[in-house]
Amino acid sequence: MKIGVPKESAPEERRVAATPESVKKLRNLGFEVGVARGAGLLAGYADDDYVTAGAELIEQGAALGESDVVLKVRPPSPEEADQLREGSLLISLIQPERNPDLLPHIVARKASALALERIPRITRAQKSDVLSSMGNLSGYRAIIEAAGQLQGFFGPQVTAAGSTPPAKVLVIGAGVAGLAAVGAARALGAEVRAFDTRAAAREQVESLGAKFLEVEFKESGEGQGGYAKVMSPEFIAAEMALFRAQAKEVDVIVTTALVPGAKAPTLVPRDVVECLKRGSVIIDLAAEQGGNCELTEPGKIAEHNGVKIVGFTDLTSRMAWVASRFFSNNLVNLLTDMGGAEMWRIDLNDDVVRPALLVHLGEQLPPPAKKAEPTPAKEPAPAKPIKPPSADAKPKQTAVMSPTRRAWGQTALGFGATAFVFVLGRFVPQQFLQHVTVFVLACFVGWQVIWSVSPSLHTPLMSVTNAISGIIVIGGMLQVSAQPTSLASILGVVAVLLASINICGGFLVTQRMLKMFHREGGSR
Amino acid sequence: MNHNIQVIAYLLAGVLFIRSLGGLSKQTTARSGNVFGMAGMTLAGVVTAIVWAQHGVGSVAAGILGAAIVGGSVIGWWLAKRVEMTGMPELVAILHSFVGLAAVLVGISSYLTPVVAHEGTPPDQIAIEHTVHLVEIWVGVAVGAITFTGSVIAFGKLRGSISGKPLLLPGRHAMNAVMALAIVGLAVPFMTAAQPLALPHVIAMTVIAGILGAHLVMAIGGADMPVVVSLLNSYSGWAAAAAGFMLDNDLLIVTGALVGSSGTILSIIMCRAMNRSILNVVFGGFGTGDSKPSTATTESHGDVHEMKGDEVAQRLLASRQVVIVPGYGMAVARAQNAVHELTTQLREMGIKVRFAIHPVAGRLPGHMNVLLAEAGVPYDIVMEMEEINHDFPQTDVVLVVGSNDIVNPGALDDPSSPIYGMPVLEVWKSKLVVVLKRGMAAGYAGVENPLFFHDNCRMLFGDAKKSMDALVQAVRAAGPAKAAE
Repeated sequence: MKIGVPKESAPEERRVAATPESVKKLRNLGFEVGVARGAGLLAGYADDDYVTAGAELIEQGAALGESDVVLKVRPPSPEEADQLREGSLLISLIQPERNPDLLPHIVARKASALALERIPRITRAQKSDVLSSMGNLSGYRAIIEAAGQLQGFFGPQVTAAGSTPPAKVLVIGAGVAGLAAVGAARALGAEVRAFDTRAAAREQVESLGAKFLEVEFKESGEGQGGYAKVMSPEFIAAEMALFRAQAKEVDVIVTTALVPGAKAPTLVPRDVVECLKRGSVIIDLAAEQGGNCELTEPGKIAEHNGVKIVGFTDLTSRMAWVASRFFSNNLVNLLTDMGGAEMWRIDLNDDVVRPALLVHLGEQLPPPAKKAEPTPAKEPAPAKPIKPPSADAKPKQTAVMSPTRRAWGQTALGFGATAFVFVLGRFVPQQFLQHVTVFVLACFVGWQVIWSVSPSLHTPLMSVTNAISGIIVIGGMLQVSAQPTSLASILGVVAVLLASINICGGFLVTQRMLKMFHREGGSR
Repeated sequence: MNHNIQVIAYLLAGVLFIRSLGGLSKQTTARSGNVFGMAGMTLAGVVTAIVWAQHGVGSVAAGILGAAIVGGSVIGWWLAKRVEMTGMPELVAILHSFVGLAAVLVGISSYLTPVVAHEGTPPDQIAIEHTVHLVEIWVGVAVGAITFTGSVIAFGKLRGSISGKPLLLPGRHAMNAVMALAIVGLAVPFMTAAQPLALPHVIAMTVIAGILGAHLVMAIGGADMPVVVSLLNSYSGWAAAAAGFMLDNDLLIVTGALVGSSGTILSIIMCRAMNRSILNVVFGGFGTGDSKPSTATTESHGDVHEMKGDEVAQRLLASRQVVIVPGYGMAVARAQNAVHELTTQLREMGIKVRFAIHPVAGRLPGHMNVLLAEAGVPYDIVMEMEEINHDFPQTDVVLVVGSNDIVNPGALDDPSSPIYGMPVLEVWKSKLVVVLKRGMAAGYAGVENPLFFHDNCRMLFGDAKKSMDALVQAVRAAGPAKAAE
């Protein structure tokens, strides 16, 4: 099986769908890899490195037209699609909503097309999810660009020449990109707040040390596949009021709201922009899909009332080196799951492949029917995604710990013991009773003393009690009588020997252990 | 010597022992606690020796006794010097067996020595006293024998010379019950026989109790050994207390009761940490009772992601908060020094490194603390489960070094898991978990660990010591570059 990696043709696209590292992995999976000359140059990968990794350098036309599998980043242009070989498989972003005339070209070539953006966001497919890996990069880069445009510090400064408070950053949309932006801004020292319509985002935002903003309006925004759904007009009005209030305070706004396959929602209209201070920065991650800000100009930095609105569409390409690495690793994982070269199979029943496969051997596939309740007999149930237990998950306590039962048990036990002691007292000699008194009191003393022990001292405590229980040495001594050869004396001597081992060993070991415990900085 | 002086000396010794146990409950007072213990023991020994010498026994007996004490002390000193900290559980277990055996010997010896009745006691009173005395001997010998063989088996299991798997004979509860009944039943002919003549009964009972102790411990899995060791610790105390009853010695009673109750409390603390009852541990045969083997976990396999040492080192260097979760695997691989080395390196670079210790990590209560202390890890960065569980969401990298069941998320969310309900370290809430492990084998509880299939979990396969050394090398190599930044 031959994989072709063409050079990206879209303007300002510097990424590449394979790196020398991924070529090596693809070779291990049994593929032959052909890389177009100069494909990786803009991302910092030289042709020679590809050759060292085991790839063959080929022409652009051959990469598209003579390969069984074509790996690409951006959707191909119709001209590129026309070069695909019959029966070959194109794996790239396809975005048919924005490139409506692309699919007919692929269909005409009797080729197949797998759209990376359609890979479902399930646990199993996460390692192949380019939207997540690229979202992470663009969120980070958004903050870096904002820092480049902002004429101040992100972190707080207190110096002899003056002080500045930390920059205030508002992140709208706490998806993968939004969370990455929150993390990066926090790392630079900014004060961050984030907004999302999905309640699940709160915990994630707060875990990164940012404040989660809420509108005073209850409506859940959970939609399909980890995206938010479109909200009601009342909600949007409340949202705008919140953004206007926030805009008066913040220095940077990062917007990340995307609706799959449609124009991005407008979240920062002109009047919100006008609430911002001069010198503030808006980074619009949705610029390519029409922008979350009304004034965004895709690919440019627009300026309005001294506010810079950054509409770069190539944020990930600005980090082409690492972006290509992550992207190509996603592809390697996908190809591994599809069987590698030896067990290659386009499985139309696969939960990951099927939704992403738009065209199969020249036939345009309808979107997969929503699976009804999986019928257990027919096919193996899909791998259950393993969810980490929620934060407030508490281990169920067994009945042993039930306080009521314990209280009753203790009361009954107490009465029983008391009754027993009274009966005992009626019959046994006085001396025995004295011993019992001592014994019971000592038990209680031990009980009270030990409860407070710190767990790190359990072992030393145990070895010291072990040494102390060597007190039985006294018993042994008292058994040794004037006739040292009598059986009783011999047994006593052996007991003394054993108990002495215990005493000496126990105390010394405890001492050794305690010597090792030290607090930092020497003496305690 | 005046009898009153002896009583006061014993009182003092008892107080010293209480101070000793109290001192051992805090790091700052632990050393003085140990000194109190030694002082108490010396006082008790010396006073008893003087009393004993005043009873007018010959110099031959004195010489033999002195030799026994000196010999025993030398052996004990030698054992204590020579033991590796990783071998601590075995040493403690075998020392318990000595106490048990000593109690058996003292009991039998006491049976062979005729009791002199107090003058002026009415005859029926003497008969009662005699019976009570025999019961005391019986109980003391039985408890001692159970402690002895139980500890020997625990010693073997901890050393690995006996398989850690629970030995579950069919009808084992019935067997235990029969043996217990036999011990009680044999007491009847023993009581009625004239005093020194029933020696065969005593010996038979000792053997039965010994088998009972061995069988009880054989049925307990290796993961429960910390509880067993502390239970045996308490038994050795009860055995000493029983000896005190039969010898009319208050100091033995007091000390035995102290040790007995402290061992019991340790067992209870540990059982609570596992959310199980003591009965469940002692008679349980873990995971074999009513809990069905988990079917859910076997099919929910996702993928296991591997991560190479170099990449782990990179992630460690790039993080700000690191938590290390050591387990028995660290002890087995003797990796604690490498762990400490890594900790020092990372801390020098300003990375916050802490340790998270689960209460039942290892094979002895507090086992991990001792190992880390031996390696020189300062104890104020060693945290307990409750202290650190909240901090995992802010943690960048968690290194799980040879532990498994104590980081199993199934304990919280999978009711079919045999360890469901046990509090665990919630490592999966951190950004990245790296598990150092030899292979994909299940932990001691034999439970599949869904942690390994989490998205944020990576496996670093290999011997814990070697992996740790490699990490130390990688971090050291990258260190100057990081410092220059």
